[in-house]
Amino acid sequence: MAGPATNGKVHVDSRPSELVRVATAGSVDDGKSTLIGRLLFDSKQILQDQLEHVERVSTERGDGYVNLALLTDGLRAEREQGITIDVAYRYFHTAKRKFIIADTPGHEQYTRNMVTGASTADLALVLVDARNGVVEQSRRHAFIASLLRIPHLVVAVNKMDLVDWDEAVFDRIVADFSGWAAKLDITDITFIPMSALMGDNVVDRSKNMDWYDGPSLLYYLEHVHIASDRNLIDCRFPVQWVIRPMDDEHHDYRGYAGQVASGVIAVGDEVVVQPSGRTTRIAGIDTQDGPLQEAYPPLSVTVRLEDDVDVSRGDMICRVNNSPTPTKEVEATVCWMSERPLSPSGRYRIKHTTRTALAKVDDLRYRFDVNSMHRDESATGLALNEIGRVRLRLSAPLLVDEYRRNRATGSFVLIEESTNDTVGAGMILGADED
Amino acid sequence: MTAVSYEVSHLRALEAEAIHVMREVAAEVERAVLLFSGGKDSIVLLRLAEKAFYPAKFPFAVMHVDTGHNFPEVLEFRDRRMEELGARLIVASVQEAIDAGKVVEETGPRASRNRLQTVALLDAITKHDFKAAFGGARRDEERARAKERIFSFRDDFGGWDPKAQRPELWNIYNAHMNPGEHMRVFPLSNWTELDVWQYIREEELEVPAIYLSHEREVFERDGMLYAVSPYVELLPGEKTFTTAVRYRTVGDMSCTGAVQSTAATLDDVVAEIAATRITERGETRADDRFSEAAMEDRKREGYF
Ligand SMILES: Nc1nc2c(ncn2[C@@H]2O[C@H](COP(=O)(O)OP(=O)(O)O)[C@@H](O)[C@H]2O)c(=O)[nH]1
Repeated sequence: MAGPATNGKVHVDSRPSELVRVATAGSVDDGKSTLIGRLLFDSKQILQDQLEHVERVSTERGDGYVNLALLTDGLRAEREQGITIDVAYRYFHTAKRKFIIADTPGHEQYTRNMVTGASTADLALVLVDARNGVVEQSRRHAFIASLLRIPHLVVAVNKMDLVDWDEAVFDRIVADFSGWAAKLDITDITFIPMSALMGDNVVDRSKNMDWYDGPSLLYYLEHVHIASDRNLIDCRFPVQWVIRPMDDEHHDYRGYAGQVASGVIAVGDEVVVQPSGRTTRIAGIDTQDGPLQEAYPPLSVTVRLEDDVDVSRGDMICRVNNSPTPTKEVEATVCWMSERPLSPSGRYRIKHTTRTALAKVDDLRYRFDVNSMHRDESATGLALNEIGRVRLRLSAPLLVDEYRRNRATGSFVLIEESTNDTVGAGMILGADED
Repeated sequence: MTAVSYEVSHLRALEAEAIHVMREVAAEVERAVLLFSGGKDSIVLLRLAEKAFYPAKFPFAVMHVDTGHNFPEVLEFRDRRMEELGARLIVASVQEAIDAGKVVEETGPRASRNRLQTVALLDAITKHDFKAAFGGARRDEERARAKERIFSFRDDFGGWDPKAQRPELWNIYNAHMNPGEHMRVFPLSNWTELDVWQYIREEELEVPAIYLSHEREVFERDGMLYAVSPYVELLPGEKTFTTAVRYRTVGDMSCTGAVQSTAATLDDVVAEIAATRITERGETRADDRFSEAAMEDRKREGYF
């Protein structure tokens, strides 16, 4: 065939579809793998060779049925031990939306994985085994979802086939869970009775539970409103990189590249560059596809300013009357992710948006017991998977917001200096939170 | 003010995420390189690199790990794109590694240079002292990949330890490295094959002609169609024939299979991918058929 090909016809059936990030959690054997397998299978995302693979392995293992749970097995160690160790990402799409599932193992020791998966999620899917009802693990999962401020929580009450599709069982779990969740900061909870194994209420509505008139899981996933979960009010643009082409065509060009963290930036806006506090206006918003009038999350753009102010990586462009105050002290909830415990006088690197500084733990105020919600003020450290509240002193000012108002500018990670490992995930607390 | 919804399509969201990743690497890592195979994923990667630093040129070189068994269409395409972009191209040659006696070539009708790429790649990374290499791998490709981080660290030997991965939270990436380490960075981690094709179509990106339907002389082996080429010996009983095919992946000619297809335009390809019932690796890559954990094993050794 002659020459490479491009195609003039574009945008034929590429209607815009939305990206939805889902984090799943459940205790071992609640049926999470089966559910995800079923979701992928019934929405026709499982391809023939993958299915043949699952059929073959199911037979080898003597499962006696096509074990859809095997679709989500990742690493060899996991297959050998029959458990999921790490966060795995799955993808599927429908005509309306594309989904990214962060599939996190549910064991207690893997709290850090759920936190990881939850950090970017629009929606949390927590499984409960109808026979067992709300157990400690379910509480932990709901707590983490609320801590990470995932806007929507779906509780899948699974294995309804094993409780005779009994409405009373479902109602009891709903009441139980809601009672607990009332203590948490969860705005939107939906309960769906299902059987992942038989497919009831996963993609298609169940014929076995006439008493339930809510949506199937897939219907819910396709319709839950997530666009307004973004913070479109507080303009925050962390500068990642300064673009200076220095060629003839763009001799004096100076642009500030970054991803809009929150709010809307528009050409002509009066802005302040933090931490210097210098004010100027937005002269232009550039992309290779042409200039924009406005930019909003999660777009990655390049901003030009009217005045020649000194701006570098780590600075933040905000609106004049709405910007964080640079601070060298933060109060935060920290989830610990390392086998080497957080020590109450430890020193770490802290990375917040595009800015890195040093942080000293000034005070470990308490350790949180996720099961009892009890605060242990006598705690002397945070071990792997433990959650606590700390006060940090910083070597350089950071431009922080409360996490509950702004996930992008309220979050940070702690990095151990000697190993370079990411050891902690932090969420900044407001003055009135305690 | 008019009411605006500030809608962002999934492709734009994926694009923004990838651009953010590339800029973080540029800002935090000393020497980065973009791995370019001429395949569809690296074509998208290249476009994202252009976008991330526009109107400046992207601040890294491009590297092709050359098995010496390339599709000529792909080499021609590679060289032309580099010239258009004014990019610096480094070729890491498997042939040279063989000639230098660093690796021994497999022999026989099923010989492939796939695994040998790892040596050429690691050598080039060491020689140029690259601290980061962008790759076009996606998590939907394969089961071991599904668990790999976007910033994926490699030890002194180029090896990957899936159990010692750093947690990746929000969009905050930790690029701090220990001496001797380097990282692979996968900006397309969250893209699927369909996303890649939709993006290529939306952006009107040029792809090598072998991705679209063309007549080719092929033979069938293990249920796959291979191109007749100087790099593959026929086994007894294998017959060649000519048919309309296209490629779903671009790799070494010796281990990349074609699919029968009449999809001649990008629209046709998108439609075909949307309807396909077989994964690209299952359908067209002999390298992933070795064993249950073929990819995981190669990754542990330092593969892409
Ligand atoms: N009866 C019944 N069994 C189920 C259901 N969902 C999962 N299971 C079974 O429960 C067991 C554990 O499921 P699996 O998906 O591996 O659980 P995971 O550990 O949460 O991933 C398997 O034997 C499944 O077949 C269901 O809805 N009904």
